[in-house]
Amino acid sequence: MPGKAFAVVVAIITLVIAFCVITHVWWMPVDISAHGPKIDRQIEETIFGAGILFIAGQLVLASFAFLYGDSKGARKMKAFPGGAKSLIVFACVVVGVEILVLSFIGSKAWASVYFTPPDPDSLRVDVQAEQFAFYFRYPGPDGKFGPLHPELINEGTQNYFGLDPEHDADAKDDIVTAGMAIPVNKPVLLTLHSKDMGHSFDVRELRIQQDFVPGIVIPIHFTANQTGKFEIVCTQLCGLGHYNMKAYLEVMSQADYDNWLKQQAAMQ
Amino acid sequence: MSLRLGGGSVNVMGRIDIMNNEEKNSMKARCKVVGLASAILVVALGLLYSGGSVNAAAAGQITGSVKLDGTAPHQKPIDMAKEPSCAAVHKDKPATTESVVAAANGGLENVVVYITQGLTGSEPVSTQSVEIKQEGCQYVPHVVAVDAGQHLKIVNSDQTSHNINAQSTKNPAWNKSQPAGAPPLDATWNNEEVAIPVKCNVHPWMHAYIVVVKGPYGVSDDSGSFNLDNVPPGTYTLTAWHETYGTQTQTVTVAAGKPATVSFTFKAK
Repeated sequence: MPGKAFAVVVAIITLVIAFCVITHVWWMPVDISAHGPKIDRQIEETIFGAGILFIAGQLVLASFAFLYGDSKGARKMKAFPGGAKSLIVFACVVVGVEILVLSFIGSKAWASVYFTPPDPDSLRVDVQAEQFAFYFRYPGPDGKFGPLHPELINEGTQNYFGLDPEHDADAKDDIVTAGMAIPVNKPVLLTLHSKDMGHSFDVRELRIQQDFVPGIVIPIHFTANQTGKFEIVCTQLCGLGHYNMKAYLEVMSQADYDNWLKQQAAMQ
Repeated sequence: MSLRLGGGSVNVMGRIDIMNNEEKNSMKARCKVVGLASAILVVALGLLYSGGSVNAAAAGQITGSVKLDGTAPHQKPIDMAKEPSCAAVHKDKPATTESVVAAANGGLENVVVYITQGLTGSEPVSTQSVEIKQEGCQYVPHVVAVDAGQHLKIVNSDQTSHNINAQSTKNPAWNKSQPAGAPPLDATWNNEEVAIPVKCNVHPWMHAYIVVVKGPYGVSDDSGSFNLDNVPPGTYTLTAWHETYGTQTQTVTVAAGKPATVSFTFKAK
């Protein structure tokens, strides 16, 4: 009896999960990026392939439990049917091929995001990650970022990037903000810096997740095609305040963005 | 087994009852005596303490003010959007950086004035603790001074976790986290250090200084005035420290029973 009950429970759980995923009750958050559909298609294909194996595996488990779960002693299996060795080799080959196929197809979607050059007219935003916050820098009217002087980084004066506006002409009009805003439908090129250690820049709705590596400036580009407010979170465990390392991304119309930038410039 | 245990407990209960009956009165009397004795002790200590401070006041005091010559640099508003509970506190008036806080009349706040030469080194350390609060994701006050060995009480009155990262170089490094609702932390620094920068890593805009000195000290208030109590008569070198403008020194002579007056002026860069 317990074997049959177990089999029924396994089958029910499997079918409920499959139903929720297939009908998108459980699904990814809305996609607001131009490149997102490619990523989503790739994830769908992966879930489809893995899902078939998942359902098949769970149902085989359930049927074996149903047929043999309650029998005692005499019908105990001594070995896998056909011998364990050939089964393991078979399983490894099947899983290996599946993973290789998924990565070959998947790398195409990934490369289409990471290995394409950014639009030359992209809006450039500098991102500084530190324990445990993100700060953003806009180049200001001159379109140029001032050089960084890490030794000048000072929380007391809110100089999170280490700018020297007194000596660097380009740094004079740089705008440093605690939140990030971008115009909708405008290509954006981020350059990621880390002050201290590994962090990551993750906006689920943008389908962007990129690590920060201290000492390396990492570029990443995207275009957001829906307005709204979204969360930027760190998804690389970075210390005791990791849970609270976040900022907000606001995608707005060009006019709203211009206003926002003016306000931020006035606050420098 | 259980019977034996039960019997034992009855015995114990019985003994307690007996003690209560026989000794209730004598215990009451003893309580009274102890109460009276401790009351007398408290009064005596109080008298002793006030007597001590009267003597110290007779010993001398330094009062004065700190002024800023010129205009203070622009203090940047702080965007606390990351921590909504703190952003709400500053909804009407955004918090700003506090690298220079000057009053309209030129009084410079957050200057620590202390004695660098002339003390014997045998002055007692105050038993009263100094308090620093984390309020609205800011340190209040922005600059605290403590005597080496004096207790600092660190309070979190926010609805969020903070960590207090005191980046000392002449004292052991000190970094503790304090969740919302956690009891105050207590800390002491034994070596003189001017000044220990303090930051909260969860809220990187939070910034304070702990200034550890030896002997009497004063911190200028929002009008720029300060006073140093319990200074024995003598001639001293007085140092004023400001986080942005650095240090200045002056010589001052303190006579018994009469406060010496000093004034410092820092030039805005």
